[in-house]
Amino acid sequence: MILLLDLSYRAHSLSRDEFVGPIAHIVSRAGLEWEEMHFSEIRSDDLKGAIGIILCGTALKDNLFAARVQEFSWLRNISVPVLGICAGMQILCLVFGGTIRPGCEIGMTTVRADTPDPLLLGSPAFQAYELHSFTCDLPQGWVVMAVSDSGVQAVRHPTRPLYGVMFHPEVRNDGVVERFLSLCQEKDR
Amino acid sequence: MGEIQEPERTSVNGMRLGVLCSGGKDSLFACYLAMQKEEVACLISVRSRNEESYMFHIPNVHLVPLQAEAAGLPLITVETEGIEEAELSDLSRAICLAVERHGIEGVVTGALLSVYQATRIQRICRDLDLWCFNPLWYTDQEAYMELLIEAGFRAVVTGVFSAPFNAAWLGRMIDREALKDLKQYVRKYRIILTGEGGEYETLVLDAPFFARRIVIEESTEEYFNYRGILRVRRARLEAK
Repeated sequence: MILLLDLSYRAHSLSRDEFVGPIAHIVSRAGLEWEEMHFSEIRSDDLKGAIGIILCGTALKDNLFAARVQEFSWLRNISVPVLGICAGMQILCLVFGGTIRPGCEIGMTTVRADTPDPLLLGSPAFQAYELHSFTCDLPQGWVVMAVSDSGVQAVRHPTRPLYGVMFHPEVRNDGVVERFLSLCQEKDR
Repeated sequence: MGEIQEPERTSVNGMRLGVLCSGGKDSLFACYLAMQKEEVACLISVRSRNEESYMFHIPNVHLVPLQAEAAGLPLITVETEGIEEAELSDLSRAICLAVERHGIEGVVTGALLSVYQATRIQRICRDLDLWCFNPLWYTDQEAYMELLIEAGFRAVVTGVFSAPFNAAWLGRMIDREALKDLKQYVRKYRIILTGEGGEYETLVLDAPFFARRIVIEESTEEYFNYRGILRVRRARLEAK
């Protein structure tokens, strides 16, 4: 089972269909089961059946998650693969000691993949959809996989299967989520 | 990093939102979803004089006031020449009016796949410090169409703009039979099921949140080479 974590301003909000729904659709298409949960509701038992976790994005004006970073401390000890999307990447960054600062991007931008990684499938450059009002200054040791003119776009933990993308892969880059799901299945074998 | 606070609330019922409404199924279904989570304070409509507008679909946008009346919602309407990009300032003006008159804190759209539309509306909302919600964004198209019919929406086709749509589609209700045909067109002609690629346009005559439904009393049709429009000349509300 893939656990989809809703990072929006409250459980079952109007943002759920926009940011969790499209990811759930990709996971279903890949033939995997998923469950979803709001970040405020998560308990350690909820993590037991998950072979991977996706931290979903939020609306541009919704940065509440960053004010409640202590509720994500469980990420420090997680062993299954995690993909943080936009708000999710910002949370990974904050939990592991990085910082975020204002940096707004809206719309399509060119992402350049500087460090080869299966998650990005070796594409040297691709177009990606951005919708964020903060950008990340990474925790020490994290690997930058891709950048745009305005900042870091894809990162990974130096040793663990923890990934972050600032762009929204559900828009025209489903493959990023699909490859993450493959990674979850490989690690689960 | 900047100060981050819990979203402010000015209403006990939730966030007050304005729904961008073209009169078609997507904007009114988005309105229906918004009503279940927050408070819809008004509809916002932009009437474009340009039939090729990039942003606003137009065949029967003049019926939005009747839809607003049926839903018991106030309506903000502005007109635009429909010139690319300049029409965005007209949309921004409409949203500003909705803020002034109805105290909206955010905007809801029926955007499904159009990055062009979504990007521009997101930028307007950012500039006005408003929330932006797109509850149909990259949704499962088949599931959405099924839900639309199941929920009791009555939407008719008022414009067709691609093969293989013939003139018989003008005025046709989006029901289970129509959905079956549309699914076949997806497989055979690679249309987008919801018409988001501009293949067809719809007008909503009834919705679960309408107190009354719209009856078309008089309409005219134009159709040539897979392009056609049903123009509603006269319509009224009747009891449900």
